[in-house]
Amino acid sequence: MSTIPTPAPQEAATPIVIVGHVDHGKSTLIGRLLYDTDSLPDGRVAQIIESSKKRGLTVEWSFLLDSLQIERDQGVTVDSTRIPFRLGTRQFVIVDAPGHRQFLRNMITGAADAEAAVLVVDANEGAQEQTRRHAMLLRLIGIRHVIVLMNKVDIFNYDQKKIEAAERDITALLHQLEIEPTVFVPASAREGDNMASRSDKMPWYKGPTLTEALAAVPAPSSRADLPLRLPVQDVYRFDTKRIVVGRIERGRIRVGDEVVIGVHGARARIATIESWHTAPQVAAIAGQSVAVTLEPDVIPDRGDFLYPASAAPLRAARIRTRLFWLRQEPLRVGESFKLRLATAEHQVTVAAIDSVVRLEDLTEHPAEEVPPEGFAEITLAVSETMLFDAFVPGTSDGRGVLVDRNQQIVGGAPLIGIAESVAGRNAIHPTDSAVSLWDRAQAKGHRGGVFWMTGLPGAGKSTLARGAETRLFARGVDVSVLDGDTLRAGLCSDLGFSEADRRENVRRAAAVARILAESGQVVIVALISPTIADRELARQIVGEGFHEIFIDTPQATCEERDPKGLYAAARAGKIEGFTGIDAPYEAPVKPALRLETANASSDETAARLAAFIGEETRLDGAVQRQKS
Amino acid sequence: MDDLDQLEAQSIFILREAYRKLKPLAMLWSLGKDSNVMLWLARKAFLGNVPFPVMHVDTGKKFPEMYKFRDEYTKKWNLELLLGDCPPVEDIDPTLPPAARSAARKTAGLAAMIDKYKLAGVIAGIRRDEQATRAKERVFSPRGAGHKWDVRNQPPEFWDQYATPHEPGMHVRVHPLLSWREIDIWRYIEREDIPLVDLYFAKDGKRYRSLGDQDITSPVESNATTVAEVIAELETSRTSERAGRAMDHESEDAFERLRVAGYL
Repeated sequence: MSTIPTPAPQEAATPIVIVGHVDHGKSTLIGRLLYDTDSLPDGRVAQIIESSKKRGLTVEWSFLLDSLQIERDQGVTVDSTRIPFRLGTRQFVIVDAPGHRQFLRNMITGAADAEAAVLVVDANEGAQEQTRRHAMLLRLIGIRHVIVLMNKVDIFNYDQKKIEAAERDITALLHQLEIEPTVFVPASAREGDNMASRSDKMPWYKGPTLTEALAAVPAPSSRADLPLRLPVQDVYRFDTKRIVVGRIERGRIRVGDEVVIGVHGARARIATIESWHTAPQVAAIAGQSVAVTLEPDVIPDRGDFLYPASAAPLRAARIRTRLFWLRQEPLRVGESFKLRLATAEHQVTVAAIDSVVRLEDLTEHPAEEVPPEGFAEITLAVSETMLFDAFVPGTSDGRGVLVDRNQQIVGGAPLIGIAESVAGRNAIHPTDSAVSLWDRAQAKGHRGGVFWMTGLPGAGKSTLARGAETRLFARGVDVSVLDGDTLRAGLCSDLGFSEADRRENVRRAAAVARILAESGQVVIVALISPTIADRELARQIVGEGFHEIFIDTPQATCEERDPKGLYAAARAGKIEGFTGIDAPYEAPVKPALRLETANASSDETAARLAAFIGEETRLDGAVQRQKS
Repeated sequence: MDDLDQLEAQSIFILREAYRKLKPLAMLWSLGKDSNVMLWLARKAFLGNVPFPVMHVDTGKKFPEMYKFRDEYTKKWNLELLLGDCPPVEDIDPTLPPAARSAARKTAGLAAMIDKYKLAGVIAGIRRDEQATRAKERVFSPRGAGHKWDVRNQPPEFWDQYATPHEPGMHVRVHPLLSWREIDIWRYIEREDIPLVDLYFAKDGKRYRSLGDQDITSPVESNATTVAEVIAELETSRTSERAGRAMDHESEDAFERLRVAGYL
């Protein structure tokens, strides 16, 4: 009985975001558009009519979008929603964005993937604060097609002169933002003028109606012909194969292609493209989530870009970026974040606030801080050299996002490029001391350095650190100990034991250790630092002179010692996430020194440690070389 | 790439993010069409494997066909199945309307499982187009203490960067099907030949369009006996998918109250 035609392959829906000042008519526009294009399921129309009746109102199209009870009671739209609708054969998704200023982050959530925007402006009121804010955001998130809907022109009696004057003001505003509006549509959403059908009240207007303007939005351009960017999302090991997975952000891969991997620049060939329940593939293009094996079988890290040698990304440790700041508190120089870029995460510090946008007139000014939900240009200092592409609208290049140490997204950072030089009086200028390391070493009789002791709780880190400290001090070495409990009593007293807080604890310990080591001290750090990633972070922060020391004590022995009664508490379920009990400890693979404590006295072991440190910080050839 | 390819690629990306960032992780398997599609996408993402357990929160009131389907495919697809039960309806907030109160049992059962397995992430197959309150969701939706959904204070989510908080007592609901529509689900089922409980197909002029508990789900008028016929039917249908789900219609805010408390 089946006479049903198989549907033809469909294009993905084109996302369109609707923005504009509160009460300029966004929700009414959407409701009206859906009604005029017959896009409402029967249930929805009935719901609106019933809701409007209950409140004693004539049919209010905006109710369609205010689908949450709390919002309807307040009469505002809180969050963005997505509504599919069709014009002819083409699918669209309307993203509704709220007009209330404090809900900027909801607007971005909806708008960031849009292909085009409709900026709704009340022709009578002209551009208002949120008109400017939203227009700024359209520029920063890289939306290229902006349709300006001059709404409520019925108030002007559809007068051409008045409408065109309003249009000139908006054009000037958008030009300031380097946005070239695609088209201006004079309309009345409530009355239906120039929405889906041509208004007979504006015969002078020869341009498109709103639906015609939407239908003319070009389809998303393919990113497949750009040079390859494949950010590594994860590396799996299934059966005997090591599989690298990720989504191709641009370009294409083909079995046999040579790719360069990450900042270290190893090279490999795409050996196979793996899949399940899909015809075997020899090639894949931008947009696809792929799984590949590499030859040779190198192991990339999450965040590494795979790219062609002929078109490498930029490489820098200091980057200029635009910023839309989403936190409710201001941003100041010196704050540290993670910069997420595709699947990579980099430790960054705000090195300078180069300028802040004044929303009254969208001009850029120097400032001490970026205000809540403000726009700015800033310079980021990265803890390591990173790869990136500058932001390009219509691609995923340079889409940086700042997250705080609780993994909360606090800002969007469309990256501009390499920061050539630093200017402005708020800039951080890490200065080189006039006193050289060599001068300090000469004066002290030894070099500085960081000896990072890791091991299970109760392994004996603090005891050994103190033992070595006493011995080294007796020999005239300028030595200090940073241990976990001491740090947590002071510098890190605001931190808990979540993963993010532990990592922050490590970061601070490493930053302090570095300062001390640069002043010529020998610093012994005693910190569980259970993960390889934690210690890698410490190594990156400290740089040269970092030594990883593994206090290798079997867990049974640690638990038997249990000097602080912590194992007993963890076993009794009183402590969660305790390393060794219900949180993993990742032993170092190649520590600079491994000390086994189970079968030696702590005196012997401390002496071995002191000897090792003494040897590593001796005034020797390395310093001599530095001098010459 | 056509639209199904794009939806598939995006869902695979989301599943891989969840697997990388949230541990321990589990996937809800309600045995309905959407969660079967989601499970299928997981097998695509992880090349035939499902590297985390699937959870069935059993209200004890599902259709017999669903239990049979569960047991058959747990074996066939080599799944690690976690089962949880739900408290009796008498234990549930009596101020909820009757059907919502019945549905809320599942919320309580789910909360107990999340606590029991200390889950950091729960993958769920909800879609924006199902219900207006679900349209407000994030792909990664953090849940605070008591599993509450803070609708008015959701994190920003853009450029494929998701919030992954690691605070004790929190978990993240992950929604890989959020952008799919009902008809996309059916077209994908057709394309991939994904098995389904046969309650979705018409018998005696009626079929289930959405499957919940037996006592609060009703079938719709339909003659569609194959996937292709269901697709054809949906292309002309103007009623909403959850028309057969009683708790959606009891009062304007019943469904939102359910969701704030942790319902899917």
